[in-house]
Amino acid sequence: MRRAGSSLVTEPTLADWTEMYGALWRIRLFEGQVQRLAAAGEIPGFPHLSTGQEAVAVGICTQLEREDVLFTSHRGHGHVLAKGSDIEATFAEILGRRTGLCGGRGGSMHLVDATQGVLGATGVVAGNLALAAGAAWAAQAQGRRDISVVFFGDGATGAGAFHETLNLAALWRLPVLFVCENNGYAEFTSREEHSNVKHVSSFAAPYGIATQTIDGNDLPTVFGAARDAIEILRRGAGPYLLECMTFRLAGHYVGDAQQYRSKEELAAMREKCPIERLKRHLLERGVAQQELEAVAEHTKKEVLRAVERALAAPRPDPATVLEFVYRAPALAAIPG
Amino acid sequence: MQHTFIEILRRALDEELAHDAAVHLLGEDVAAGGAFGVTRGLAEKHGAARVRNTPISEAAITGLATGAALCGLKPVLEIMFIDFATLSMDCLVNQTAKYRYMSGGQLAVPLVVRTQAGAAGGAAAQHSQSLEAWFIHVPGLIVVAPSTPAEAYGLLKSAIRLGEPVLFIEHKRLYTMKEELPQDAELLPIGRARIARPGTDVTVIAYSAMVQTALEAAQTLADAGISAEVIDLRTLLPLDMAAIAASVSKTHRVLVAHEAVLNGGVGAEIAARIGSELFDELDAAVLRVGCGFAPIPFAPELERALLPGSADLVHAARRLMGKG
Repeated sequence: MRRAGSSLVTEPTLADWTEMYGALWRIRLFEGQVQRLAAAGEIPGFPHLSTGQEAVAVGICTQLEREDVLFTSHRGHGHVLAKGSDIEATFAEILGRRTGLCGGRGGSMHLVDATQGVLGATGVVAGNLALAAGAAWAAQAQGRRDISVVFFGDGATGAGAFHETLNLAALWRLPVLFVCENNGYAEFTSREEHSNVKHVSSFAAPYGIATQTIDGNDLPTVFGAARDAIEILRRGAGPYLLECMTFRLAGHYVGDAQQYRSKEELAAMREKCPIERLKRHLLERGVAQQELEAVAEHTKKEVLRAVERALAAPRPDPATVLEFVYRAPALAAIPG
Repeated sequence: MQHTFIEILRRALDEELAHDAAVHLLGEDVAAGGAFGVTRGLAEKHGAARVRNTPISEAAITGLATGAALCGLKPVLEIMFIDFATLSMDCLVNQTAKYRYMSGGQLAVPLVVRTQAGAAGGAAAQHSQSLEAWFIHVPGLIVVAPSTPAEAYGLLKSAIRLGEPVLFIEHKRLYTMKEELPQDAELLPIGRARIARPGTDVTVIAYSAMVQTALEAAQTLADAGISAEVIDLRTLLPLDMAAIAASVSKTHRVLVAHEAVLNGGVGAEIAARIGSELFDELDAAVLRVGCGFAPIPFAPELERALLPGSADLVHAARRLMGKG
């Protein structure tokens, strides 16, 4: 985040933390609306929510410059919003509207917002890791100081592309921040059933990549770890693997009945809600309860207004369906 | 002076590296010249940062090249054998090809994936395939398969400048073919076929090394009084249907020849398109010649037995003329 006219915030004041409290709520409420409208049949496809994991998105993306690029996974709404994408355009894309970030061609799993450095979400687990390394290579090759950040779940560590990319990124010292949101579940199956390797950060050592496993539900912890990692990348001493232990309060996708998790487990996770934790932290530091309530209320209005406008936005024109397969107009008429 | 296909590819890459600082070569062993020596000397001339060796990690290097292309580079990635492009498929199909579309036109992937295909010299089942049909099925990709050194020069340079993801397929049997290339050789258009030999009785549509086979067959046919027109497609996606139509309306008989198997192949697509778009022009059903439906075998006798040769093309053309 950035205060008016100044450089990025590295030592947040109470006011900055309070602003980040609002950013957590923005994602939570946004995804609440996604859940509501998906259940009502207003949203095509099957969106994946990051409810409970918001502190990772806010703690990291808040410290990125606009030129820094971001890649994410199928569970990426929070990252995109935290990087600075417009709420209404993001929601409109998830609704499949003409005014959406991608004009309704991408949807929840393929959000792209080039103006904010959001170079894309992907529906293929581990699919974006190498692209993020490539973006970092481009920055390195062109002498730019931008960094590249990629978010993925612990499930991605089962894919060969994860290991191939770690090796390559270390070998070329690419300024890429690998952020694993370890929520303990790869789709519907617990991490224990996927791998004997408990911590994703263990994979960093053989490649010589700096790493840390942190509490991903504690915003100040995420913020501090991300600041240190980003500083290393900007010095050209990257890459970095940050493992954020977190919890997915929602199912794998909207509609997942979560029969693989007990009520007790879910209740324990709710205790660790990152929003509640930051709230307690801020109250302890003297921020007034009323102020926090006002932030949440203001954010709620902001999100609801954006959602309403997105819902009122026009649907795409079916006549444009073949646009953007190739560059227009030279190759636009290529028959399939 | 004549130069081999490999030397002429090298000249094209050398010139594009000099022409545009965004162009970077990467792939397994490319700094040392690559498995076939195409990039030999380029790292020394343009710097190790622009001609980079990669680990044997096709999935990652394809993603790396794609990500770099999104962010200002124009990478030319070498996948040593098209057989190994199976390991690049996730990225090429799910990401590279779809980026422009999925992003609603916000992003483009100016990437060339050079790869080498086809059977020759006992390379056997996993280093000899012709997998181009897999890629023409994917909206967003461009697929180019040159037939001569000079063609490869003009098409590769155009591919690098195109601004779209291009799969550039080189046939290993053409690598030793020699040709003269003028100093002022021009870029060639992507998406446009050429007439490799004009004729009036039968159209033979081919690409890559099969164009050479088709030219041999055309000579044999000429000796027998049959005038074959050989169309070199150059680009398999998009198909130049206008060029095909022009030839078919002249000859009314069509043979499509490729080294790949016939099932679901480029020839099947062309035959279907001619059947539905140019049916009234046809005096005979479209015929296809391709590889026998088996993996490419190792022993030279078996390899020869499976691959289509000019005699197969001559035989098919004679059948089309009612002289089979």
